[in-house]
Amino acid sequence: MKLIEAKNISFSYQDKPILHNVDFELYQGDVLSLVGQNGCGKTTLLKILLGIYKSTGSVKLLSKEITKYSRKELAKLISYVPQTHQIPFDYTVFDVVLMGRLAHIGLFSNYSLYDKNIAIKCLEKVGILHLKDNIYSQISGGERQLAFIARALTQESKIIFMDEPVTGLDYGNQLKLLKFLKELCVEGYTFVKTTHYPDHALYASNKVMMLKDGKVLDVGDINTKLTTHNIKELYDVDVEIISRKNGYKYCIPTL
Amino acid sequence: MKLWEKILNKIGFMVLTLILIALINTSLFVGNYEISFEEYLMFLKQLLGLESNLSVEKYEMLQSVIFEIRLPRIIAAVIIGATLSVSGAAFQAMFVNPLVSPGILGVLSGASFGAALGMVLGWSWFFINLSTFIFGMMAVLLALSISFIYSSAKNMIILVLGGIISSSLFSALLSIVKYTADPYNALPAITYWLMGSLSFSTSSMVWNLSIPMLCGILILLFFSKYLNALSLGDEEAKALGVDTFKVKIIVIVVATFISALSVILAGIIGWIGLIIPHIARLLFGADNKIILPISALLGAIFLLIVDNASRIILSFEIPIGIVTAIIGIPIFIMVLKNAKRGF
Repeated sequence: MKLIEAKNISFSYQDKPILHNVDFELYQGDVLSLVGQNGCGKTTLLKILLGIYKSTGSVKLLSKEITKYSRKELAKLISYVPQTHQIPFDYTVFDVVLMGRLAHIGLFSNYSLYDKNIAIKCLEKVGILHLKDNIYSQISGGERQLAFIARALTQESKIIFMDEPVTGLDYGNQLKLLKFLKELCVEGYTFVKTTHYPDHALYASNKVMMLKDGKVLDVGDINTKLTTHNIKELYDVDVEIISRKNGYKYCIPTL
Repeated sequence: MKLWEKILNKIGFMVLTLILIALINTSLFVGNYEISFEEYLMFLKQLLGLESNLSVEKYEMLQSVIFEIRLPRIIAAVIIGATLSVSGAAFQAMFVNPLVSPGILGVLSGASFGAALGMVLGWSWFFINLSTFIFGMMAVLLALSISFIYSSAKNMIILVLGGIISSSLFSALLSIVKYTADPYNALPAITYWLMGSLSFSTSSMVWNLSIPMLCGILILLFFSKYLNALSLGDEEAKALGVDTFKVKIIVIVVATFISALSVILAGIIGWIGLIIPHIARLLFGADNKIILPISALLGAIFLLIVDNASRIILSFEIPIGIVTAIIGIPIFIMVLKNAKRGF
């Protein structure tokens, strides 16, 4: 099933062109990795597809223009895991995760026990239930990332956008997080994530979209499109892609 | 969150509400006309239609002292303290900036200019209210637009500077109004009122204004869950399903409106809107669903204590705005210590 179809997206920020005639498609069950250099427009594209930035061209979510949705309706369909950042107020991890239920409650109601139980379940699922009452700004970067993922799950939307989910995590936590994302795919979530690591794209996604200078370099199945040639085009480095017997592929630089 | 904080959260509302009720009752005894506790009990009995041995004259005397003089003043202190603190907490969360308040953003200066202008020109009560609100609103918008020119309102200090510029502008305009005011009647009245004093709030004013102020506080309380999301940043709030533009407009208009009304009641009472939310956060964490109502209670208690103190300690009455500044500044300096690790 086609979830998102965007055509001819162009976007400029303060007269500086960021995206130029980008087409984008997302199907149910996809795990799509957005790759490309810093500043190539990955995050901008995510925010356009989330309806946060307004672009030219059309973005359709479930065959309906994204501008026709209210923010609440959108939040029930797509959740967003931003890059971790500092919050100037001392919210607890639970406070932050519970905010995922905001789209599900009305103006005059408060979070119910049902909402709180969902938040607790999601904290348990990502494995940080023990941090529930800790102050969000005082836990580690990896734990904050997990808290944001728990919040996205709490939102109960089937599409999840992630902006560089492993950035700032140590080696072990990066791999644990990727493994966890792979597990979530089985449960029927659809993911779009930006990443700087071809390895991670190969490991945890089935599709790839390569952006260069605001244009689509190539898009499609991860195994056929994420090639040494395309990586050379994208980052100007020589790499070798090695297949292992277990079916996984690895990208190794030939320095 | 430590265990004692959890317990505090649970009983905090109750304890603060009880303290406020107790304070309201004791405040009835503070003043030149002495009321004894027995007389007060008798008075309450008779008020409820029970038998008591108060003479008719005594009863009427007590009734006028309590209902005409002391109660309106107490209600004014409670509602103004709550209004300024809740507005301050809402502004701080919405602008993701723990350094702003109705005073800092220029609302109080703008509103006082609007009110003084109306008084000097002899406008009707309704138009004075309206101009107080409009100029309060203009002051916030000016502060915001200054911060937008130089950064996308993300820089905490730029917004504070924008507020200082806006405040100074409206203080200057206010000086023009004062300069042209009649130096024998209007000028002393305006000057004394602007120092922040509850002695100008007549009972009819208090009854008329406290209802819209209370409604405003309630609206802000309903929006507190959206304020939580907004304090993570605009884009994240949108992704969480918040119509950020609509929520911001409503919060700015309501917070400015009720702060402006507080200026009509009692002039400029600074510092409360800045320090009370900090104290609330220090005691109860960051969740605005808790911080807004707690700020309301703490602000009411604080202003009531300050008002009583300003009447008891010296034989003459000091304008309450001066007292809140003298007490508020050292508290704020202490609270600033937290700035290093975030609020």
